[in-house]
Amino acid sequence: MTVLDHRPTTPVPPWLPDATGPRTDPAPLLPDHTPVRVLGTPALAKYDPELLRDLYRRLVIGRRYNQQATTLTKQGRLAVYPSSTGQEACEVAAATVLRAEDWLFPSYRDTLAVVGRGVDPLAALTLLRGSAHTGYDPLATRTAPLCTPLATQAPHAVGLAHAARLRGESVVALAMLGDGGTSEGDFHEALNFAAVLNAPVVFLVQNNGYAISVPLTKQSAAPSLAHKAVGYGMPGRLVDGNDAVAVHEVLAEAMDRARNGGGPTLVEALTYRLDAHTNADDATRYRESEEVEAWREHDPLTLMERHLRAAGVLDDALVAQATEQAEALAATMRAEFHAEPELDPLSLFQHVYAEPTPQLREQAEQLAAELAAEAGA
Amino acid sequence: MAQALNAALRDEMRADPMVHLLGEDVGALGGVFRITDGLTAEFGADRCLDTPLAEAGILGTAIGMAMYGLRPVVEMQFDAFAYPAMEQLVSHVAKMRNRTAGRLALPITVRIPYGGGIGGVEHHSDSSEAYYASTPGLHVVTPATVDDAYGLLRASIASDDPVIFLEPKRLYWSKAELNTSAATEPIGRAVLRRPGNSAVLITYGPSLPVCLEAAEAAKAEGWDLAVLDLRSLVPFDDATVAEVVRSVGRAVVVHESTGFGGIGAEIAARVTERCFHHLAAPVLRVTGFDIPYPPPMLEHHHLPGVDRILDAVAKLQWED
Ligand SMILES: Cc1ncc(C[n+]2csc(CCOP(=O)(O)OP(=O)(O)O)c2C)c(N)n1
Repeated sequence: MTVLDHRPTTPVPPWLPDATGPRTDPAPLLPDHTPVRVLGTPALAKYDPELLRDLYRRLVIGRRYNQQATTLTKQGRLAVYPSSTGQEACEVAAATVLRAEDWLFPSYRDTLAVVGRGVDPLAALTLLRGSAHTGYDPLATRTAPLCTPLATQAPHAVGLAHAARLRGESVVALAMLGDGGTSEGDFHEALNFAAVLNAPVVFLVQNNGYAISVPLTKQSAAPSLAHKAVGYGMPGRLVDGNDAVAVHEVLAEAMDRARNGGGPTLVEALTYRLDAHTNADDATRYRESEEVEAWREHDPLTLMERHLRAAGVLDDALVAQATEQAEALAATMRAEFHAEPELDPLSLFQHVYAEPTPQLREQAEQLAAELAAEAGA
Repeated sequence: MAQALNAALRDEMRADPMVHLLGEDVGALGGVFRITDGLTAEFGADRCLDTPLAEAGILGTAIGMAMYGLRPVVEMQFDAFAYPAMEQLVSHVAKMRNRTAGRLALPITVRIPYGGGIGGVEHHSDSSEAYYASTPGLHVVTPATVDDAYGLLRASIASDDPVIFLEPKRLYWSKAELNTSAATEPIGRAVLRRPGNSAVLITYGPSLPVCLEAAEAAKAEGWDLAVLDLRSLVPFDDATVAEVVRSVGRAVVVHESTGFGGIGAEIAARVTERCFHHLAAPVLRVTGFDIPYPPPMLEHHHLPGVDRILDAVAKLQWED
């Protein structure tokens, strides 16, 4: 008897692909190598001009918001601001694909998406101003707090979407991350959970080229970040992140898919951070100005304006109107941040627990006594 | 005790359809300690969910579930395997209420089998209570009796705040008639398990039976030891602890986790601050050594036993 003779009688272990067959054909999950683009293509014609003008208006307002917030950091009125200048197309599209019942899970850079969702523009800045952690009501606005620890909000989005489905409610959660965040374990755990649970969640990775100073090539060796989806069993999509219409299109499709029981999607938007990481960062130490200038040519705002004008969707009057709205918002921001916020030191002890512990009560009394002594002195 | 925990989960799940369990192997297997035995059969795989193997993912997902109105109960398989979820725990579970000015509470219970004495190999016997207790925003409770296993777990699940529920592994097999009708006490109260007037042993969780045994043995020396079971490390029952210490005048804190920077240090400091003039001796600690948890064949040297406790009590007697 040869070794070969044994073959047919040896049972194939059930965990081998031979026995169970491949679980999913990866081909349909793979992203196209060419990012989806709409601006400058014939496809633009099929979009509702109202949607296009809305996206444009939001881009203009978003850009002005970024500029004003950055200026406020220079004046010391805002502790820090991670600007999304150059990435407004992603921010704006994220806000416009969400329905009222959906949930947004933003990172620290996504103030614009939060504002676009309807959160008060000043309330969205309390974290970065340093006056309060989350200035808005997450439940009322269906917007999670701006998240600072990288990628940790991603599993929350999965859990929330999963819970909503268990409760029979049609809710999609959109989690926003940066390219660096895709290296964190939480990102991978979230993707895996989402796919296994078939949770209605969409992950939007804004690949802006850098994680603070580290370029993407040192962050990931994958063909694209969107490719990472395939290993978890969900589709990955690649989109031109400076083309607001394309990001809107790809995200809306992924949201619909999730809403209709199709499960999660990972979207990688190729974009660029034109400003430094935050106002505290010196971007000249890790990138050449030629690179920045090259991306300026692909600025989401100018792209949009050029192509919408060419398509006859935008005219001077609309541009002026959007600019006016943006200036009004900037003026409100300046006025609000000029005044010192009123803060209650004793609020420190609130909301640690539903009921303060005896220890917290004691400490609150101590601070109250200190404040009283100060006031008396 | 394992059955009491199982009963508590079942009764909470019956009482509140929002209670959902998730963790590794909690489904068909019923958990490696069988605490979730039969719950998938009764409540379905959605309410007792076998998750992928990823602790941060489990706890992070539970956070999202809690944000949408569910009451997740997470099982961490073993103490040392809860560490991958530490970031979710510290940065989100503990802080969400505070970060959102009270708008978003996370009623999550994280059940963690903890401690040694069962011959577990490396990474299966850690006592991590000090990490959790020093994280504001978490409640930290640990039952030592069958009734408390039931009552405290139900109270934890019903709590609107996150609770780290530490299950003393070596007491899983302890037996007693379960009295489920006992009123569910709010979290945060210590209970005197044994009155006494020579000294008080302040302890919790797996060390409670050891202390009771020590108190029994101490009778031979003519010492009448009180034994106080904390049950809750956060909130800490300063009032009861101070009351007992003042009446007895001597105290020893006993726990099996390491002493340096541990719960015992905190208690000794609090007791000294509050009861200095009532103390006839310094507050002593009997704890595990400040070492990584030892191999099982050596663990009995590490765990505080009756003799070590009695030695400490003997030291308290030198000034009266
Ligand atoms: C867990 C964690 N590690 C480190 C940091 C510090 N940090 C803040 S932003 C950042 C870079 C993130 O880059 P990326 O994910 O690409 O997002 P971007 O800032 O470019 O939007 C780092 C390392 C953090 N916030 N969280």
